[in-house]
Amino acid sequence: MLKQTPLNPVHRASGAKMVDFGGWDMPVSYGSQIDEHHAVRRAAGMFDVSHMLAVDLRGQGARDFLRYALANNVDKLVVPGKALYSCLLAADGGVLDDLIVYFLAEDWFRIVVNAGTADKDVAWLRALLAARAPQLALRERHDLAMIAVQGPLARERVWQVLPDCRATSAALKPFMAIECGEYFIARTGYTGEDGFEVTLPAQQAVAFWNSLAAAGVQPCGLGARDTLRLEAGMNLYGQDMDERENPLESGLAWTVDLASPRDFVGKAALQERPPQRQLIGLLLVDKGGILRAHQQVRTTLGDGEITSGTFSPTLSASIALARLPVGVAPGDQVRVLVRDKELAARVVKPPFARNGKSLVQ
Amino acid sequence: MKVPSDLKYTASHEWIRIEADGTLTIGITDHAQEALGDLVFIELPAVGRTLAAGETCAVVESVKAASDIYAPVAGSVVAHNDAVVAAPEDVNADAYANWLFKLRPANAGDVAKLLDAAGYTASVGDEG
Repeated sequence: MLKQTPLNPVHRASGAKMVDFGGWDMPVSYGSQIDEHHAVRRAAGMFDVSHMLAVDLRGQGARDFLRYALANNVDKLVVPGKALYSCLLAADGGVLDDLIVYFLAEDWFRIVVNAGTADKDVAWLRALLAARAPQLALRERHDLAMIAVQGPLARERVWQVLPDCRATSAALKPFMAIECGEYFIARTGYTGEDGFEVTLPAQQAVAFWNSLAAAGVQPCGLGARDTLRLEAGMNLYGQDMDERENPLESGLAWTVDLASPRDFVGKAALQERPPQRQLIGLLLVDKGGILRAHQQVRTTLGDGEITSGTFSPTLSASIALARLPVGVAPGDQVRVLVRDKELAARVVKPPFARNGKSLVQ
Repeated sequence: MKVPSDLKYTASHEWIRIEADGTLTIGITDHAQEALGDLVFIELPAVGRTLAAGETCAVVESVKAASDIYAPVAGSVVAHNDAVVAAPEDVNADAYANWLFKLRPANAGDVAKLLDAAGYTASVGDEG
């Protein structure tokens, strides 16, 4: 039996194509996923992301615990409401999950984790808490729903629906969040566009979704979410990295703080082993197919593999993230094995597109 | 799901129209385009190529996935539709108006093995 978000009946009633995503019955598209993609780049679209789990960590010493538990450094979180992207690492440096942590107060941090890894993450954190900070309380917020509203007009549309939250949320800088009544509004997202991710009581999700739709926000499924995040150069957990990969070989070195003297789970393992590979972008040059995960990539420095590939609606070309030997650089030409053909692709530095515009020549 | 009654079908979701001159016009069904989603790439067999029944001879790719197209019967390719190569999304808009390629069957009698509309509808039902 697949799990359902509070918005499941709305998706089904609208005729969305549904798919099993990490054990959840989720919409892949409501019609054309390319139209949904363009709606986000050009106007406003919304995604049900209630399958992701928010966990609240409360108590004295929460920051100290997270300083050890996360690969990124929560000491970067100075102003209440500030968010930080981080990997959760195993002792061997493998990526257990990627997450967003919000600093709400010295005794209250909120962590949002991926759906498919939520149970594993919570068990991991509870074990770590028992060993290091048993005074802290970890609460799974299954009572909350999450809706991401993304695109150049997204914030305006949210304010149409939540006029009372306009003043406070209009002042938010990127990667900041505020509470407005029962709504937790964050200027974050997974599309490379401006917008909000709104966390709210589950029983209010349907009314909020319907109000946004009435305000002209396009419902978007996981299909558009995937092409948008790939254009924006963002990793998908379980596809671009997992427990077998470390963040330094997954394009996430910028999220790992090895400079400070602070110890954290996985640090020693990362320091012992210099990266051999890198996660980098590819743009298909030849005609002849679409780049897909698991296709082999041939470079002058050795072989690699595509981890995510698709057709980019913004570029009208095929793009990918690939794990390639260190030393392969943007501008290099590589060959990708697409079915029975070797096609030429150019190495590019992600992102491919953001804020409605192509970033690739 | 649209399944026109004047066409023939395969269980692998090709539709076939038997033309007056005995050639076969071939495309993918409405069910197939719906399942694949937005099409973005189509590769078709060269004119003159000889195909065995069931041979992989074309590829359609959507944003989500790639799917092989099979020769419904043995024959030789007499035409392919460059318009759908240039605009794959036209197949999403109307899968029966936008054909992929034409085949001259090696044995005219082979078309008797193809499914009719009722047979195809039943075959799709069995999948689900």
